[in-house]
Amino acid sequence: MDIELIRQILPFLAQASVLTIGLTVCSLAIGLVVAVTITIASFSRMRAARWAAAAYVSIMRGTPLLVQLFLVYFGGPQMGLELTPFLAGVVTMGFNIGAYMSEGMKGAVLAVDRGQNEASRSLGFGRFDTMRLFILPQAAPLMIRSLGVNTVILCKSTALVSTIGVVELTYSAQRFVTSTFKPFEVFACAGAAYLIIVAAISLIVHALERAVDHGRKAAL
Amino acid sequence: MNTQTPMIDVRQIRKAYGVHEVLKGIDLSVNKGKIVSIIGPSGSGKSTLLRSINMLEDVSSGEIWLDGKQVNRPLKGRQFENHINHIRQEMGMVFQQFNLFPHLTVLQNIMIGPIRLRKLNRAEALDRAQTLLSKVGLSDKGNAYPARLSGGQKQRVAIARALAMQPKVMLFDEATSALDPELVEEVNQVMKQLAAEHMTMLIVTHEMRFAAEVSDQVIFMDGGVVIEQGAPKDVLSNPVEERTRAFLRKHLSH
Repeated sequence: MDIELIRQILPFLAQASVLTIGLTVCSLAIGLVVAVTITIASFSRMRAARWAAAAYVSIMRGTPLLVQLFLVYFGGPQMGLELTPFLAGVVTMGFNIGAYMSEGMKGAVLAVDRGQNEASRSLGFGRFDTMRLFILPQAAPLMIRSLGVNTVILCKSTALVSTIGVVELTYSAQRFVTSTFKPFEVFACAGAAYLIIVAAISLIVHALERAVDHGRKAAL
Repeated sequence: MNTQTPMIDVRQIRKAYGVHEVLKGIDLSVNKGKIVSIIGPSGSGKSTLLRSINMLEDVSSGEIWLDGKQVNRPLKGRQFENHINHIRQEMGMVFQQFNLFPHLTVLQNIMIGPIRLRKLNRAEALDRAQTLLSKVGLSDKGNAYPARLSGGQKQRVAIARALAMQPKVMLFDEATSALDPELVEEVNQVMKQLAAEHMTMLIVTHEMRFAAEVSDQVIFMDGGVVIEQGAPKDVLSNPVEERTRAFLRKHLSH
């Protein structure tokens, strides 16, 4: 175990972690927009919208993220879409994780008792108000839980963009391996860095969950 | 003899799930200030009928009228949405499972409709909610969340919530069926009080004694059709139809 080596590479890995966090945050932002759109479409009264949402989710979940990434980054230019590695990574991961997140959102909405919808509608509230005033506030804690899980998965998936040349945590580690021939120390450090980022995400998710958990407040 | 427009008027409504017809051409009318109870075995279509009246269930054919306005107007999309949202404000609905909003306090549950839909200001809505809460005997529970209430208390809040919209009619869908026996009476008391105030009510129930006590008219349904209807003393004590008799025998022997 080369402690000195670890001490030397840590600052560089920390720097690379910033890029990993950046990739996660940007993909998450795109993913949330995609997820909300897909969720709305899947509750639409238009059959075509529901169908399109279901098809989108099946395609995104049915193909490997790595293939999607290569398709966008290497195949994109052929179709007139030339993106930098960072952008290609963020866009692909965002659209990919959005599909998973939409499933979580949909599940959370469906988990709210049907009677809530009926009570609201029977008072005379419309579909939109019913969703906004009664269903979403109750679905929120569950939604945040599943968004949290997906954000953790997303964070770890960013390692894949090392394959298209984004020097994030994993790529940075690989570079150190080629120069030091100490893969154990280097990858252990990289793993620890991911663990720290994931722990931070979990903390944020827990705080958010507590902030929106009306059910817990009600049960006090 | 009957020149007034009925408050609720249901004409020949039918509803089918696939090939299974659950409502086979029902006619029903409730005049202003009258109380009509619907009884019948489970699966008879009585709940479906009640839910059809405010279109929580849609019907295959027939007409539903509320105070001279057609409920199931043949409108499309947004137009229908607007129409039904307005007409539902005129009909209070009370569910077997209460369906209070668990993330809102008792007062908020009652006030949200009047504020958002009837455009009352907060002070007016609060005033109305407190009046209703004291009417149902729960003045001290205004700031509690539904999770803290007993079933009977929840149902009384649900009644207050429906009344806060000042509806023209109240629809009760087995309001006491989910309650422990000792909590039934407190809800019945509130309903009797409404009856005394001449609220127009349509009640789906399996409590024969309560139906006999409050109703102007009792309807016995079975298999998606009205078998027999009339004054409670006739239908409940002296039924003409064999199916009604069989049902009552089974029910009263419990």
